[in-house]
Amino acid sequence: MKDHQISETDVTTHPVKIAARDVQVYYGDNHAIKDVNVDIEDKTVTAFIGPSGCGKSTFLRCINRMNDTIDVCRVMGDIRIDGEDIYDRVVDPVQLRAKVGMVFQKPNPFPKSIYDNVAYGPRIHGLARNKAELDDIVERALKRAAIWNEVKDRLSAPGTGLSGGQQQRLCIARAVATEPAVLLMDEPCSALDPIATAQVEELIDELRQNFSVVIVTHSMQQAARVSQKTAFFHLGNLVEFGETDKIFTSPEDPRTESYITGRIG
Amino acid sequence: MTATILGFPTALVLSVIVIGIAIIGYVGARKRAMDKAGGDARNLHSLPNYYGMTAAMFAAIPALGVMVIWLFAQPMFVQNAVLPLIPASETANAGAQNLILSDVRRVADGLDVAISQGALIPAEITAMAGDPSNLRTILGTVGMALGSEVQPYVLAAAQKTRALSAQGRLWMVVTVITLALIGAALALRAAGPAFRARNVVERGILALLIGAASLAVLTTVGIVLSMLFESVNFFRLHDWKDFFLGSSWAPNFRGDSDLSILPLLWGTLYISLIALLVAVPIGLFAAIYLSEYANSKVRSIAKPLLEILAGIPTIVYGLFALLTVGPTLVRIFGRGEDGVLGVEWMSGATSVLTAGLVMGIMLIPFVSSLSDDIINAVPQSLRDGSFGLGATHSETVRQVILPAALPGIVGAILLAASRAIGETMIVVLGAGAIARVSGNPFEAMTTITTRIVSQLTGDTDFASPETLVAFALGLTLFVLTLGLNVVALYIVRTYREQYE
Repeated sequence: MKDHQISETDVTTHPVKIAARDVQVYYGDNHAIKDVNVDIEDKTVTAFIGPSGCGKSTFLRCINRMNDTIDVCRVMGDIRIDGEDIYDRVVDPVQLRAKVGMVFQKPNPFPKSIYDNVAYGPRIHGLARNKAELDDIVERALKRAAIWNEVKDRLSAPGTGLSGGQQQRLCIARAVATEPAVLLMDEPCSALDPIATAQVEELIDELRQNFSVVIVTHSMQQAARVSQKTAFFHLGNLVEFGETDKIFTSPEDPRTESYITGRIG
Repeated sequence: MTATILGFPTALVLSVIVIGIAIIGYVGARKRAMDKAGGDARNLHSLPNYYGMTAAMFAAIPALGVMVIWLFAQPMFVQNAVLPLIPASETANAGAQNLILSDVRRVADGLDVAISQGALIPAEITAMAGDPSNLRTILGTVGMALGSEVQPYVLAAAQKTRALSAQGRLWMVVTVITLALIGAALALRAAGPAFRARNVVERGILALLIGAASLAVLTTVGIVLSMLFESVNFFRLHDWKDFFLGSSWAPNFRGDSDLSILPLLWGTLYISLIALLVAVPIGLFAAIYLSEYANSKVRSIAKPLLEILAGIPTIVYGLFALLTVGPTLVRIFGRGEDGVLGVEWMSGATSVLTAGLVMGIMLIPFVSSLSDDIINAVPQSLRDGSFGLGATHSETVRQVILPAALPGIVGAILLAASRAIGETMIVVLGAGAIARVSGNPFEAMTTITTRIVSQLTGDTDFASPETLVAFALGLTLFVLTLGLNVVALYIVRTYREQYE
């Protein structure tokens, strides 16, 4: 309950978007996430950091119920987005994932054209009534993902033909095209070179205007650069959560300090 | 081969000798290289074993190669040399000439056996030169049966064959052993710190691999050429316009037949089409279920079961068509008032539909097993991406996984198609033997493969167009499946260029 208190004592400038209480995740007999409580704010970039296997990606995948696709995985506890319990029986995980977009570690454009990649979500969810509306949605999404100028002349070219950084921005465009409330990013830059990483980081900062962004990263510099809030996970526990500046300058927990100074992890 | 050394065939003994030289060369070269390096392998360019291998390679490969070529070439030289001994009147056409030459070979072999068993001594044979009439009996006692009395010129030719063969074998032994010794000596002389033995060995291995690869290609070329020559013979005897453009297939062994491929080609393609209509949807759906929806337990049982279908011999499928599927179809679509539908569309059990259905069942495991592997190879990241956008499982399968797997699936289907076109036993039993062009799937039709079988079984005369047409049919079939494979490769490649 300590973490809970921290988030309450924090000065929050934005309303809470995602509220998690007493979340437990088991992979078979393995207790992967232990009693996590966290409040994630709207229009904020929240970074999850921690050593490999600490559960940060697992927790991220609880937020859009991607863990449901893994047979042996069980999630317990309470996660609410805008006050709605996403693990309630009436919630369809398929519809939830349209509201909670996800960007993966490795760029994974579909073997389709750039246009069809972005239009994939809107088509499935029937967001456009006609071709003109769909064109608008695609254009807006590509502009938001800061890739419009690079691809506007070759929308019918295959998405897999783009460079790695462009592919990842295409995947971000694909995720924002369904107008999600939350954008989850699972190490979005770990397969990219430094220039592409800089572009994607800049993009994440812009996305903050419209979305609540949660990013899992192994790079502490990246967490410091792009996030306002940081959560440090260790061995399935949420050790510390707070303002990014504070976590990196004066962490309260000795484990956080050890990790950011490079002594564990 | 009756030529022996101490009771073993010459070639075997010679191979053992060459391998012996190679082993001695290996040990010698390895030792010499080490000696020159002062006993320290680090002073050598390559590891010591490579020096040994170079010597073994130089000793064995050229020598054994020459031996193999010699073994093939010698009979031809000998045959050409003895041909002038046979009166020209007896060798008027190729068939008669072959008969006499094979007689000569048999007599020559028989004499060798007779001498080795002590039934004859060389002097007796020489004495028989003028009247070899009792030679047939003598050779019969040593187990070499001859079809006719031995003519004097056959005996003369046989004697010359024996003399030349013995001479050739002697020279072969000398040449091969010399080559092996020279090779070993060269490698032995070169062995030393400056000799780049590893590079030589690796180049030798590379040549070996290239040789193996080209053997497969050359065999294919050989098959095509042999078909081509017989087909050319056929087109000398039969008008090509009738073969490719005629309208009926009516072979008549008294000659003057209608031999057109079109009715057969129609039957082949019609039956294959029905087979694919059965196999592709069922196979593909089975593959989607197995790879996307089935849990690992179901999959581990269902997949092998499905693949058992592929192991059933096609003649068994043919029996199934003849005894079960055909009569069932007749009960449904035939027998007039007594039938299930009360119609009289189908009179006999053999029909395009019978063969097509059963062939389709045969092809299901091909399509499903290959497609299953291909669908499994679609990266998980694409599924995650689609699920992450709020797509359902079926939307993901339809819009992401199947398009991504399409080139492979097209390849699987075309593979199934070429199996269907080349399939024989099911159509022999299930499709009937009537060559006609008709759109009615309840009628009996026949295919290219079954006609090849029927033209080549029974008494055949390889000089008549009715027999030779089988080769033209076979060649057409080959070109058809080759074309199909080329198209498949083209589709797969253009798709790959687009999406990889």
